Amino acid sequence: MSTNYSLEFKNLQCIRDSRTLFSELNMTVLPNQALILEGDNGSGKTSLLRILCGIRSPDHGEVTWCQQPIKNSSSGFFEEMLYIGHLDGIKRDLTVEENLKVCMGLGKPSEIGISKALDQVGLYGYEDVRSQVLSAGQRRRVALASLLIRHAVLWVLDEPFTALDKTSRAVFENIMNQHVRQGGMIVVTSHHPVQLSAAEVITINLSEQ
Amino acid sequence: MNPVMKWIHLLGSPPYFYRFSGKLLPWLSVLCIILFVWGLYGGLVQAPADYQQSDAFRIIYVHVPSAWMSLFVYVTMAVAGAIGIIWHVKMAEIVCVTSAPIGAVFTFLALLTGSIWGKPMWGTWWVWDARLTSELILLFLYFGVMALYRAIEDKRMAARAVAILALVGLVNIPIIHYSVEWWSTLHQGPTVTKFDKPSMDASMLIPLLVMALAFQLYYCIVLLLRMRTELVNRERNSKWVNDLVSP
Amino acid sequence: MNHSLTQAFWTLLRRDLLLTYRNRAQAINPLLFFVLVIVLFPFGVGPDATLLKAMAPGVIWVAALLSALLSLESIFRSDFDDGFLEQLVLSPHSLSALVLAKVFAHWMISGFPLLVVAPLLGVFLGMQGESIEVLVITLLIGTPVLSLIGAIGVALTVGLRQGGVILALLVFPLYIPVLIFATNAVQMAESGFSVTAQLSILAALFLLSLALAPLPAAAALKMSLS
Repeated sequence: MSTNYSLEFKNLQCIRDSRTLFSELNMTVLPNQALILEGDNGSGKTSLLRILCGIRSPDHGEVTWCQQPIKNSSSGFFEEMLYIGHLDGIKRDLTVEENLKVCMGLGKPSEIGISKALDQVGLYGYEDVRSQVLSAGQRRRVALASLLIRHAVLWVLDEPFTALDKTSRAVFENIMNQHVRQGGMIVVTSHHPVQLSAAEVITINLSEQ
Repeated sequence: MNPVMKWIHLLGSPPYFYRFSGKLLPWLSVLCIILFVWGLYGGLVQAPADYQQSDAFRIIYVHVPSAWMSLFVYVTMAVAGAIGIIWHVKMAEIVCVTSAPIGAVFTFLALLTGSIWGKPMWGTWWVWDARLTSELILLFLYFGVMALYRAIEDKRMAARAVAILALVGLVNIPIIHYSVEWWSTLHQGPTVTKFDKPSMDASMLIPLLVMALAFQLYYCIVLLLRMRTELVNRERNSKWVNDLVSP
Repeated sequence: MNHSLTQAFWTLLRRDLLLTYRNRAQAINPLLFFVLVIVLFPFGVGPDATLLKAMAPGVIWVAALLSALLSLESIFRSDFDDGFLEQLVLSPHSLSALVLAKVFAHWMISGFPLLVVAPLLGVFLGMQGESIEVLVITLLIGTPVLSLIGAIGVALTVGLRQGGVILALLVFPLYIPVLIFATNAVQMAESGFSVTAQLSILAALFLLSLALAPLPAAAALKMSLS
């Protein structure tokens, strides 16, 4: 992976129902770095995350990717970014493999295949299982596998550890570390402390804003 | 920036707009009342009775301007919505969302006067005439815009939704209009042409144009009033609104 | 890039069809509704054959509009609820093209079955030979327009709790031109006139909505998610 990627935001402001959630946020995230967003409920973590990945537009300020506004198609932002929100977009009526194939079809496939990715998240042999019989934690792992099978530099994750037990969390953190080590970057919100030893961790606490 | 652009830019600032529109409103109101009096006197008293419809035709002095305004307001709404979406102009968004109820009222007025006019002309309150039917559909388009705006809680989002809908409606209005015209000619033989007079005497035409202008001004006045209310409501937490309420 | 967009298009189409297949018991409801509405009419207006025959094109087409409305929400609703829509919006591909894939799937699920049962219902209402053919052609050209325009309405209302009623208010006025030309074509065919003009206009409406509708639908989806 090339090292000249950068995610930058300047002067970000977000207003929700005429309440200012945050303003004048500035930060640059580079490869091998992880940005952790902390804060109480309602402090605007999810809003900030959605602004950073381009779902929501900021009320003020700008998010850029490689010095270009992310909305410009020439910035190539959406080719290099993957997002997993509260909701994972996994259809209960499809099998694990069918779900992952859809994810793959929508983006740029990585060199890791579906069965290998499932192996890495500890769901080896679950390809043909209908997603509706999976537990919440297992579905979360499928979402994680959907990150592995696609190529992207930036991962944007909203509360990835919800519904995960200790072992699953370790699996998650392991994979996130691996991604950062390979030159990736991560933006993540979490209630729990995140162990990202491989990354240079930057923290923004929105409650202190 | 040239002075005109600078002024337009200034109008985009809520406090300035609020002060400016406040100064403008009394003048507009006076002018509007003068035009209404002139137009109504000319139309209802001075203009001669029609040789065919006698005094019944005089309803055009309300009907025709309302019908014109019903379309004009929709176009204004859609254009303002487009400006709001493309250039993120807050004032344009507000023009778009506040215009809808005014346009709906004009449309309703056009329908009401049209069917009152229809009673002596056709002997019935409602005829599926092409123009009346188009107005009816336009009324539903306005209702859609208003319902959508009310249903979306986040008003910034609602304004964008309304703008998209208004633009889609704008593309569809000519299509709907021509298809309704086609439909009515096929089903009723030649369209009832009592509405268009081949030529109009100046003594009838001038009051009509004056009335049209008066309606136009009336729209401007109500629009400005509604925009001011909307602005104060949206920016109720800002400093300029607080200064306004408690000087 | 282009190759992968085609791939994304087919992936999405395949997925929606597969999902419908897995839920086929629910997917058939709009079709049953369509049949039921038409069967109700003779009870309402009486079994007079000439009256029914005269009303047939209008009845069938109004039923088609109602059943389209019933199925429209399924284009985006479940994807909105489970977060898949976010994945679509954030994919590197043009959202309009992906919307088109979903609309196409919707048409195959809800529009196409109408073509199959409409001739039968036409016979029920006393239609004959050529006018049934024309009815099927109008449905073939007209129902995709319903899906395309409907997608804009759903995209605008998918985030709302009471979206259904508003959806009807938004899309029905826009459906009127299709209704006018389609029913008129069938009526003219019944009287033995040429219907080229009506069918050409329907085709023009189809092409226009195919070219234009995905853009506002995509913009509205982005709005609904933010």
